[in-house]
Amino acid sequence: MEKFYLCKELVAPLDRANVDTDAIIPKQFLKSTQRSGFGKNLFDEWRFLDYGELGMRADQRRLNPDFILNQSRYHDARILLARANFGCGSSREHAPWALQDYGFKVIIAPSFADIFFNNCFKIGLLPIVLNAAVVDRIFYEVSLTNGYYLVINLEDQTVTAPDGESYSFEIDLFRKNSLLNGLDEIELTLQHIEKIKVFEEEWRMKQPWLFL
Amino acid sequence: MKTLYDKLWKSHVVYEESDGTSLLYIDRHLVHEVTSPQAFDGLRLSGRKPWRLDSILAVADHNVPTTKRDDGIRDPISRLQIETLDQNCDEFGITEFKMNDLRQGIVHVIGPEQGVTLPGMTVVCGDSHTSTHGAFGCLAFGIGTSEVEHVLATQCLLMKKAKSMQILVEGKLGHGVTAKDIALACIGEIGTAGGTGYAIEFSGSAVSMLSMEGRMTLCNMTIEAGARTGMIAVDDTTIEYIRGRPFSPKGDLWAAAVVHWRTLRSDENANFDQIIRLDAAQIKPQVTWGTSPEMVTTIDGKVPDPLQIMDAVERHDVERALKYMGLLPNMPITEIRPDKIFIGSCTNSRIEDLRAAAAVIKGKHIAESIKLAIVVPGSGLVKNQAEKEGLDKIFLNAGFEWREPGCSMCLAMNDDRLLPGERCASTSNRNFEGRQGPGGRTHLVSPAMAAAAAIAGHFVDVRTVY
Ligand code: SF4
Repeated sequence: MEKFYLCKELVAPLDRANVDTDAIIPKQFLKSTQRSGFGKNLFDEWRFLDYGELGMRADQRRLNPDFILNQSRYHDARILLARANFGCGSSREHAPWALQDYGFKVIIAPSFADIFFNNCFKIGLLPIVLNAAVVDRIFYEVSLTNGYYLVINLEDQTVTAPDGESYSFEIDLFRKNSLLNGLDEIELTLQHIEKIKVFEEEWRMKQPWLFL
Repeated sequence: MKTLYDKLWKSHVVYEESDGTSLLYIDRHLVHEVTSPQAFDGLRLSGRKPWRLDSILAVADHNVPTTKRDDGIRDPISRLQIETLDQNCDEFGITEFKMNDLRQGIVHVIGPEQGVTLPGMTVVCGDSHTSTHGAFGCLAFGIGTSEVEHVLATQCLLMKKAKSMQILVEGKLGHGVTAKDIALACIGEIGTAGGTGYAIEFSGSAVSMLSMEGRMTLCNMTIEAGARTGMIAVDDTTIEYIRGRPFSPKGDLWAAAVVHWRTLRSDENANFDQIIRLDAAQIKPQVTWGTSPEMVTTIDGKVPDPLQIMDAVERHDVERALKYMGLLPNMPITEIRPDKIFIGSCTNSRIEDLRAAAAVIKGKHIAESIKLAIVVPGSGLVKNQAEKEGLDKIFLNAGFEWREPGCSMCLAMNDDRLLPGERCASTSNRNFEGRQGPGGRTHLVSPAMAAAAAIAGHFVDVRTVY
């Protein structure tokens, strides 16, 4: 996993609540057995006017000019600004994969669905929760500004707006360290291999029916 | 004073970090074809092997065709994904029910059916509806593909404990009102994000009176209320369901297990971070009208009028949903006319669900306006049982199609899908835009309500026709 530290990036606003993982990456693309390449189908049913299938070339499809990410001023956005309960629905990690593959590094919302939130950290995509009033305000500022950039400082846990206003966010220490150091969770867990083995043996003695 | 969740959590902690992040031991890992290929690739790349093979059960369910299985899978991409699962299971020695195995079915139906899901377990699967298994007094939750790989490699997961919520449903459900209606009514009450950050325990007399099938329906939909896990205490109903299943313990082990299982309940006066109360007697049959499960009302209700909604964000959401759903404000729910009927999915494809639907349609025929009505049993064994009871005949005589088991039109990864603009009365769990096919319009209901709509050609209060 790549290390995450500090970035100053363009923000794209997606102004709707309860964006579900079916919308982020529709199921027909889940048939892929690969881990990459989902970015071209991110928000497929909103981004395109035609029905997308796996393997179609993006340059031969009809873009929906009304969809926000299709506006040229957001093409280089690396931060997605979203509304409440972002990422609800299915557990598909394809959703964070698609967002990351498309180019996003950070998603900011007033709240996220649990599984999605968790999945983001596993791949080094940073979901940031800011309170609804702050998110509202950023939405407003983005709408007024061409080229709205935010500075994300993970070390200090702050988001800084162009006017210098800074908002802090919460993050578990364990997750923060993993992101800052680009740590592999499986490696980390395997450092405790002896503890797992001891636990497992005791568990097997206590509840042998769980090991049938 | 501990909650059931406290007990399940604590007993599985291998190790705890200073910030509370815990390494949790996983007892049961269910695997399906869609969320596992990249995890197996990761395992191979790092030269690792599954930690404990006997903890894993695999099955293909999302992509499988529900007709003409003997001809194989037509869609080459679906076929590849299923073959990939077969190969991965063969390579690593994982038990898998293959597509033509009688025991094949939706992962959340077959786990309990086989006795693979047992009380007190931690159960995970790369699928959000893993919450279903919580009906057995388990800590069961969906995980992403990185976590699938993590569990394969280490038998553990890194997690932080959630807050706890109790949903107390007291009283007696009315005739024709089911667990599905409780689930939808709960979501209507707390919203699709109401359970975010919580582990939910359902309790109260109405929950105790539910069969295991009903309890699974209820726990299944906790994810639609935002909670990753839902659970119900163990009681006689739980134990009787598990008795004699292929993978459940036998003899002395059974006796010892039952003694332990009976402790799997919240202590009297255990402390919950939040408590929600519902009166079972007040719950009416539910129908969703929008594109999120919280956009739900009762069968005697109306489609909402955006003009009556003060909050701008909410008004906007409702307007967008009505446009997508092709509905007008203030339209009575009973005037909504589905084109297709889908009875199936991990929410409502068990034998009791099929019985409930069959009871409504027995001796009747689907309305002429219904273009397609399908029943997709949750597993080969459910299908067999239904056929033994003659339910297949009831459905076929009524004009339904009787299909092979799988996820089918719940998410339309196979050929079963809605066409743009088509409207479906569905017993599944998600009415998101495009969920049942691009442009498709989904109304979530119970099996009895779907059956009644099939006969009438529009939604109808099942309590008045059956
Ligand atoms: S039936 Fe539907 S919700 Fe259940 S596992 Fe299959 S696709 Fe998911």
